[in-house]
Amino acid sequence: MRKTLAVASKELRQILRDQRSLLILLFVPAFFLLLYGYALNFDIRNVTLAVQDKDRSTKSRELVSSFVNSGYFSLVGYVDAPAELDRLVDLGRVRSILSIPAGFERDLSMRKPVTVQVIIDGDNANTASTVSGYARTLINEFSGAQMQLTSPGPASRPPVPVISVEPRIWYNPQLRSTLFLVPGLIAYISMITAVVSTALSVVREKERGTMEQVRMAPLSPLPYIIGKTMPYLVISFVSAILVILSAMLLFDLPMRGSWLLLCGAIGLFLIGAQAQGLLISTIAETQQVAFQVALLSSLLPTMILSGFIFPISSMPIVVQWITHIVPARYFLVALRSIVLKGADITAFWQEMVALAIFATVALGLASLRLSREWA
Amino acid sequence: MKRVLHLMKKELLELRQDPRLFSIVILAPIIQLSVLGYAATTDVKDIPLAIVDADRSTASRQLVHRFEGSANFKIVAMPGSTSDIDSYLDSGKAWMVLSIPPDYGRKVGAGRPTTIQLVADGTDSNSTGVALGYAQALIGGYVQDLAAAAAPGQPVTGLVQPEIQVWFNPRLESRDFMIPGIVALLLLVITTNLSAMAIVREKETGTLEQLNVTPLARWELITGKLLPYAFIGIIDVVLVLIVAIYWFEVPMRGSIPLLFGMCLIYLLATLGLGLFVSTISQTQQQAMMTSIFFFLTPMIYLSGFIFPIENMPRWIQPFTYLIPLRYFLVIVRGIFQKGIGLEILWPQAVALFAWGLGMLTLATLRSSKRLG
Repeated sequence: MRKTLAVASKELRQILRDQRSLLILLFVPAFFLLLYGYALNFDIRNVTLAVQDKDRSTKSRELVSSFVNSGYFSLVGYVDAPAELDRLVDLGRVRSILSIPAGFERDLSMRKPVTVQVIIDGDNANTASTVSGYARTLINEFSGAQMQLTSPGPASRPPVPVISVEPRIWYNPQLRSTLFLVPGLIAYISMITAVVSTALSVVREKERGTMEQVRMAPLSPLPYIIGKTMPYLVISFVSAILVILSAMLLFDLPMRGSWLLLCGAIGLFLIGAQAQGLLISTIAETQQVAFQVALLSSLLPTMILSGFIFPISSMPIVVQWITHIVPARYFLVALRSIVLKGADITAFWQEMVALAIFATVALGLASLRLSREWA
Repeated sequence: MKRVLHLMKKELLELRQDPRLFSIVILAPIIQLSVLGYAATTDVKDIPLAIVDADRSTASRQLVHRFEGSANFKIVAMPGSTSDIDSYLDSGKAWMVLSIPPDYGRKVGAGRPTTIQLVADGTDSNSTGVALGYAQALIGGYVQDLAAAAAPGQPVTGLVQPEIQVWFNPRLESRDFMIPGIVALLLLVITTNLSAMAIVREKETGTLEQLNVTPLARWELITGKLLPYAFIGIIDVVLVLIVAIYWFEVPMRGSIPLLFGMCLIYLLATLGLGLFVSTISQTQQQAMMTSIFFFLTPMIYLSGFIFPIENMPRWIQPFTYLIPLRYFLVIVRGIFQKGIGLEILWPQAVALFAWGLGMLTLATLRSSKRLG
């Protein structure tokens, strides 16, 4: 234990000497959350719209204004020539086009069905399907209103079974995308901070040749590794708590569960992430390799394979298996359960166990690897 | 020129110190692109659904069958009563619970209004919104079919019909949109990190002083450091494009030589950025943190890779023009999906090129022979 502390205090002194890195590790994460928490959302508004109105009647203008007033679309302008439409979409000036046929008003007054065309730029499939949903809803509403206006009387309606759906959304009733993104950002930021802080620690000593001195010292690998990680663990933990507190202050992130469980989940996750960094550090021969592997194994996987942005259940089954080795996957479930759902440990004990297993295996491998090198 | 060649040779020798570096920078992009390419899909399918059928009539079973038959939903449980649904939603085993009231069959048979309840887990707001849309569309279709059966011959649809066309990606495949983005991201991460270590490594080991006493000019130092990495970068470009086009079969509507040329300009920007980071850092650890925290992460999130720039607050949007990834994303997606060429993309190409040159100039200026 004393030896561990000695290593830890040596490491701490080294950290304190490099103040830029220390400041980055402590405060940049919270700043990031601030920036991205405001910047990012999935709520799609003000979709740029061009209108090709071949009717130019009261009714057609009514339809256009129902699009504009919905708040989902913002009108860029009216266009006539089809070539001009192509150009606007190619240039990315508009993402959607509403095209109203000639004779629109006449057909409506005669209760003859008419078709209006909506063209959507599909390059972002996600946005496009949302926009097409908006357009469909707006047109259906308009259509319903016209039906009522021109309807000869309620008596002619056939008896139709009516089934209404009563949707209820738990945990995040307004479906605010911030509440969904902020836990993901917390996981991403903590993961990166933790891996980055340890990935170079051992290999740096190898590269500088100071590893030989450590090897000579009466110290076995495990205390050495624990001593190396401890200062960074404290730093990362403080930084993670800062991130969560600022999320609560600024983005109304609720705290429905227990702080104790939350700290436990953060602790397990950070130990695992730092052990992953250490493992990389013991395997690599140069800092360059360690850096490269650390980034490739943490940056994109934490973002894409953790369920942060892309739902895991929609992925192909083989990729779903792969996500099991991404610790952020488990942390994210635990974090969302504690913070948003206020669930107790029975709802996510499997995730906690998985985090513990990940941490143990990574730490074990790192010290095994080191003892083989020292032997 | 000879001096540059010597420096390049030295650089390559140094990279071979850990021979794994080469296999990592060659294999990692292929493996990552193949896994991430499959994972990065915003299509929502197999939504885990629990159904509480308190009615257990023919009519309610018909509705359940509709959900069973849909590719969007996967029924994970049929709990007996609504009091059990908490545990399913809390643990995330189900995202949505559909409950059918006990008098459902009777009311539908009599043509009387009835209400079914959908409880959804809102923690993943994006997917939940989509899932609710699917469920409502599915129930809406079912109601229309019931109406058509009740009153044959009557038109059940509206007066104004929407005809919605989606250009460039009619099947709304999110993969076609995501994979060009992942290509850009992988190239950024790998090449920037390669060159971010280039000069700071010499500082840390103290060999920069030795380089400084040689008659090597600044631009020669930068060029000699840049070219070996550019070589690796070009191999990576070829590999990821092959995986994207031939493995994932992302439709390639534009010109491949143009795309390749644009990738070269992009490499200039990413490698230049790495070198710049290298010149402003004192240790490799600092270089690593500076590049991840101040360059890579902001670029990834603010470039429009996943989060559309139009959705960001107005005051943040101007900052995105500082991000080279933003221009490159417009270029790759434009070439892949829209098949457009330089006649439209030239402003982005010029911006990207200017960015790369600017970074390299900054790096050259910063790499002065000062120490510390």
